[in-house]
Amino acid sequence: MTASNAATSDPLLSVNALRVYFATPEGVARAVDGVSFTVNAGETVGLVGESGCGKSVTALSLLRLVPPPGRIEPGSSIRFAGNDLATLPTEQLRQLRGNRLAMIFQEPMTALNPVLTVGDQVAEVVRVHTNASRAEAWDRAVEMLAQTGIADPAARARQYPHELSGGMRQRVMIAMALILEPQLVIADEPTTALDVTIQAQILELLREMRDRTGLALLLITHDLGVVAEMASRVIVMYAGEIVEEAPVNALFDNPSHPYSEGLLAAIPRLGDLADRLRTIRGTVPSPTAWPSGCRFRDRCQYAFERCATEAPQLLPVAPGHRARCHLIQEPHRRLAGVNAHAAPAAHAAHAAHAAHANVPPTGVAL
Amino acid sequence: MSEVLDATAPSLVTAPDLKPLLTVSGLAKHFPIRSGLFRRVTGQVKAVDGVSFTVNAGETLALVGESGCGKTTTGRALLRLIEPTAGTVEFDGVNLLALRGEALRKMRRRMQIVFQDPYGSLNPRMTIGAAIREGLIVHKLAEGAAADARVKALLDEVGLRAEYATRYPHEFSGGQRQRVGIARALAVEPRFLVCDEPVSALDVSVQAQVVNLLRDLQRDRGLAYLFIAHDLAVVAHMANRVAVMYLGRIVESAPRSSLFSTPLMPYTQALLSAVPVPDPRIKRQRLLLPGEPPSPANPPSGCVFHPRCPHPAKDAACAAIVPPLEEKAPGHFVACIKQTPTRVAWDVQRAAGGTKPPERYLPLLQDGVRA
Repeated sequence: MTASNAATSDPLLSVNALRVYFATPEGVARAVDGVSFTVNAGETVGLVGESGCGKSVTALSLLRLVPPPGRIEPGSSIRFAGNDLATLPTEQLRQLRGNRLAMIFQEPMTALNPVLTVGDQVAEVVRVHTNASRAEAWDRAVEMLAQTGIADPAARARQYPHELSGGMRQRVMIAMALILEPQLVIADEPTTALDVTIQAQILELLREMRDRTGLALLLITHDLGVVAEMASRVIVMYAGEIVEEAPVNALFDNPSHPYSEGLLAAIPRLGDLADRLRTIRGTVPSPTAWPSGCRFRDRCQYAFERCATEAPQLLPVAPGHRARCHLIQEPHRRLAGVNAHAAPAAHAAHAAHAAHANVPPTGVAL
Repeated sequence: MSEVLDATAPSLVTAPDLKPLLTVSGLAKHFPIRSGLFRRVTGQVKAVDGVSFTVNAGETLALVGESGCGKTTTGRALLRLIEPTAGTVEFDGVNLLALRGEALRKMRRRMQIVFQDPYGSLNPRMTIGAAIREGLIVHKLAEGAAADARVKALLDEVGLRAEYATRYPHEFSGGQRQRVGIARALAVEPRFLVCDEPVSALDVSVQAQVVNLLRDLQRDRGLAYLFIAHDLAVVAHMANRVAVMYLGRIVESAPRSSLFSTPLMPYTQALLSAVPVPDPRIKRQRLLLPGEPPSPANPPSGCVFHPRCPHPAKDAACAAIVPPLEEKAPGHFVACIKQTPTRVAWDVQRAAGGTKPPERYLPLLQDGVRA
């Protein structure tokens, strides 16, 4: 599960200069502002960032499900399986959705239809996209529910969403998404609403399904722990832009954008009993008024003059690793510009990380 | 201001009192289930079912567990925001459950709550200055210019600018609103705060700011916290002691370091192993629990965790005997008759249908969670 399976052939999904703007009373919100990335067949890519960074709008726009007044701007392209999803006629897009391209939402209670049994909803996917009979579709739905680990699936299939627990509803969502064996599944915070032991079950299920069917997974999450476990490649978004993109080990070992670095340092960790957490000062700016120059500069501990005047480009750090930061060209600034108290902690944290790499895996069942 | 010093100074300079600030014993909250034409009571949801713990002045006790375990109900019942069904709550030597009217209101000044979603608990038509001021007026702590000065000082203490006092809740971000919620709770100079998932709705970078703020305030004011949370990693940074709840009961409680290094209750072990570790080089094998927590309306007999329990010595005795919360290591309490040592003798277990003698079950490495 490394980036090595990034095929040399065409990627499965290729997003180019994606812009999604919302006209609001406060002005135009540039929620997604020029995002380009690819997902290869069979690969799991984590798309991470905090509230308002544009990750969920990116996910919704891939299926053209952005709610009004949101709009995919002209010039955006979303190539998937030989089509441009940004401009494809609605009827053809419907053919792809649920069939070759599927989505799993955070809150299945709002994504599922409350007045249909869950079996009917899973079976409907089959009936819309194949010429299976009602009975065949139902049988396939029950079988799929069984595969997602639902006990007594024939009985569960006759129940309504409100009769199921949150974890069970998420299993139903996964059954709906995977029943036609799509090539790409977009999962938007699929475990965020779940308790941690149920989250562990659902992540295990997603992994199992992925390994069995070879699907590609675009996993949108704010949880870097989930990313570390699931993804082979990570894309970090901030203020509507990609600020860093890297193979998962590279991102955690050597975060090159100050935002990624700050985010990794701010995560509370089990077993770390330090009294204080490292923080990123300030808050995410408003999408109607992104700062000029670098959008992170107000919160950045390394910011210097150039950051205010010139918007940084995504620059290569290492093969497959890019970051949107002037420090890539002026690395000495990282040492010079830093707040006196923050620097040693950051480096100590990284050193500690490196030291742990050779330690036997912890939390292992004996 | 002399009030402030009187309230907090002793706990800063003296050793922790032998007598706890808060003692909760046998606290229970049962909700009736009504059904049928006449809405007759046909059962009870035992949301909290006999919970006991203490909190010392200036310390943090974390109450952790998953949705429906009763942790939030516990926090509200001990403040009497909902009336407990049974049990006693003693705060600073006074039995809270016997108080009413003015006496209860006076005591509430000493005990405040910070909610998960401050937006839901702030009046959208009231400036945040007015919201913070309200407590000062109600409890006759300050008025007029003195109250304004207190509001400014409180805003400053939680890291907000004084001029924000004239703004409305919707003008703030989630993290700032949580700071307002904390300032409002602090206005009446409490000694004890129930923090109910105070950082769960916040982004990682903002969450870290609020966690640090809570720690600073505790140090400066000698506050005691009951910190209710589902995020074990946050708890690892906040708590002195941790109590784990499952289906309305405390199943394990211990000082932070023993709980995280040597969890003894199989449920706690599974809970810790389920937390995703933010390090891709660590590939852990999980203790995956089968199924989901049962309904508190119909809890399993004996040990409430037994249907999902992975302990190798689990047997019929677990379904028959309600496990006592036993001290298995200094300060480390565990409700499990199969985890050695136990006072529930093997003869007794055998009489209850037991076939497997108790044994030590430690599926996590000693240093298990120190990822």
